Amino acid sequence: MSWFHRDTSKRMTAEPKDAKRTIGWMGIQRGHQARPLEWLAERLIFLTSLSAIVMIFLIFLFVTREALPVILGRMNSAAVQPVIPVDKLDSLKPEELMLYLGLTPSEFASKDRATIKLLMEVKAEAAAEVTTDKDAKINTTQWRYLLLPYQWSGYDKPEHIWQPISDIRKYNIVPLLVGSLKATLVALLFSVPLSLAAAIFVSQLCSAKLREWIKPAIELLAGVPSVVLGFFSLIVMASFLQRLFGYESRLNALVAGIALGLASVPVIFSIAEDALTSVPQAYTQAALALGSSKWQAAWQIVLPAAIPGVFAAVVLGFGRAIGETMVVLMASGNASIMSWSVLDSTRTITATIAAELAEAVFGGEHYRILFLLGALLFAVTFLSNLAGGMVIQRLKHRLEGGA
Amino acid sequence: MPIPMKFIRPALLLVLAAIATAAHAGSITVKGSDTLVILAQKWAEVYMGQKPDTKIQVTGGGSGVGFAALQNKTTDLADASRKIKVNEIEACIKAFGKRPTEYRVALDGLSLYVNADNPIEKLSLGELEGIFSGRIKNWKDVGGSDAAIVVYSRENSSGTYEFFKEHVLRGKDFVASAQTMPGTAAVLQAVSKDKNGIGYGGAAYGAGAKHLKVSKEKGGEAIDPTEETVLSGVYPIWRYLYIYVNPDLDKGEVASYLNWIRGDEGQKLVKEVGYYPLPKNLRQ
Repeated sequence: MSWFHRDTSKRMTAEPKDAKRTIGWMGIQRGHQARPLEWLAERLIFLTSLSAIVMIFLIFLFVTREALPVILGRMNSAAVQPVIPVDKLDSLKPEELMLYLGLTPSEFASKDRATIKLLMEVKAEAAAEVTTDKDAKINTTQWRYLLLPYQWSGYDKPEHIWQPISDIRKYNIVPLLVGSLKATLVALLFSVPLSLAAAIFVSQLCSAKLREWIKPAIELLAGVPSVVLGFFSLIVMASFLQRLFGYESRLNALVAGIALGLASVPVIFSIAEDALTSVPQAYTQAALALGSSKWQAAWQIVLPAAIPGVFAAVVLGFGRAIGETMVVLMASGNASIMSWSVLDSTRTITATIAAELAEAVFGGEHYRILFLLGALLFAVTFLSNLAGGMVIQRLKHRLEGGA
Repeated sequence: MPIPMKFIRPALLLVLAAIATAAHAGSITVKGSDTLVILAQKWAEVYMGQKPDTKIQVTGGGSGVGFAALQNKTTDLADASRKIKVNEIEACIKAFGKRPTEYRVALDGLSLYVNADNPIEKLSLGELEGIFSGRIKNWKDVGGSDAAIVVYSRENSSGTYEFFKEHVLRGKDFVASAQTMPGTAAVLQAVSKDKNGIGYGGAAYGAGAKHLKVSKEKGGEAIDPTEETVLSGVYPIWRYLYIYVNPDLDKGEVASYLNWIRGDEGQKLVKEVGYYPLPKNLRQ
């Protein structure tokens, strides 16, 4: 680790005092201009890494842009909307018509009168079909309907309801947030102890020969396609767990969480194992020389020294679990229940987007709200990574300061 | 290692052939409902066998996907297991200035599946509405054993979901605890594994679970979904399957294909796949 090697490494890279090191544009050393190919390669690599940042930024921009009308409260999903009779067509101003029919100026300009009339007829037909529900005038895309419970007609108490295909379309996103968090928590509770134990065992306790078998085997788990993992949990694991615990709903957050845990084990394991292995041997040797057992050295000396890396592993595992789609789509039962019980079936954000986006009317409120969910997911992963990074920095500081 | 010339040449020929086929004038693309996709493929296969000049490409994705493609003009025909919605008609008018033409191409009865060990044999429409909307939560309330009912449904992107919601739930919401499955086969699989489960789907599917008889009213005559009962409208849960087309494209090859589908030959294939052919008077 760096804080241990600091002295030696400094000595090794130290340069003679008279050496001139000029750093040029984009951090590229001027000296490389004598070797143009290397210089070009370095610049290309730099641009590639820059493009990754730009990519992430653009994706976030796109997702947020699609969700923007909902975020700003500019959508109106009310089932009952005012109707203008078709014979009033000629008395309306173009602006009024565009607003009424939801056309942009360029679209409006390209339509002839017959098309506009047809559109107005269809609007009137839609209004005739509308229900007499007391909630039909509500714009369900307002923030309070997205987040707070509301007593819809036909329900006996205020509830969080996700029913995007309905006479009154209900878009409460809280059950989905809870569903995602629930499945992810189960996944972490399952995978963190398992993979940390495996990492400690492989890096500190087991023989070199055994390590050569165990490490690739666990890392191979990362190569199992998530659809295969999902199918396995749907068919085999769900039945097995139900027989074991005897709960009611066969597919639930527990099954999905364990499957997600299996998906994140290789991520957590391999990063934690790297962190543990890179703790200098001298630490362990010193502990052993002072009379501690192998286990004591691993648990009390090596693990604390590697804590920043281990924490990073857990944060990445969290990101893997909350972003996983196929496994939860297949194994969670996908019922949007507002409940924290892991034995209830659960619907996650990712599964909702995957299942519903293909059919949502392009640019409609359902489509926008799915993008809002996407942006939320992005923000959650981003913030968790950021917070993780900050904690790691602080831990490193403390460890280095104490060393 | 260089790839030997003898592999490259046939590969190039294949690519060229593919391009030539794609550019062929007599090609029809069909996209839409997953319920209809097996039938649409069967139609395409047999039709192409009869008219080798015509190439028909069939893809699924869902009724809504078909309508979206119809608007973008990326498909000639849109399969649907439900009627087109008003906002989809609006989008079509905005895209090509006309209402899409609707053709009914087959009939389908929706079956209710329960586990083979479930003693229940029949349910009324009212009881089904209660079970799927969450009012009835225990099998003993409909004459079964004392166990909680586990409801299996389809994803809300499915035409079958919307049809069931409209005709059985009468517009009410599905109970929140209804588990949604990615396809009819998945619903069947879940019900066959869950002794307290109930699900719904096309009558053409069926192995692994028990089909319930359905009556219009409680105590009324319970009816099995068969060709006779669906065609005569006695079985209460049935629907049309549709093909939609942009009226500007409904000519030449496309029109003759649509006529063939709704003619005797096309309708004979409907039965082979497990749906029900349109009675003669409904073929328009």
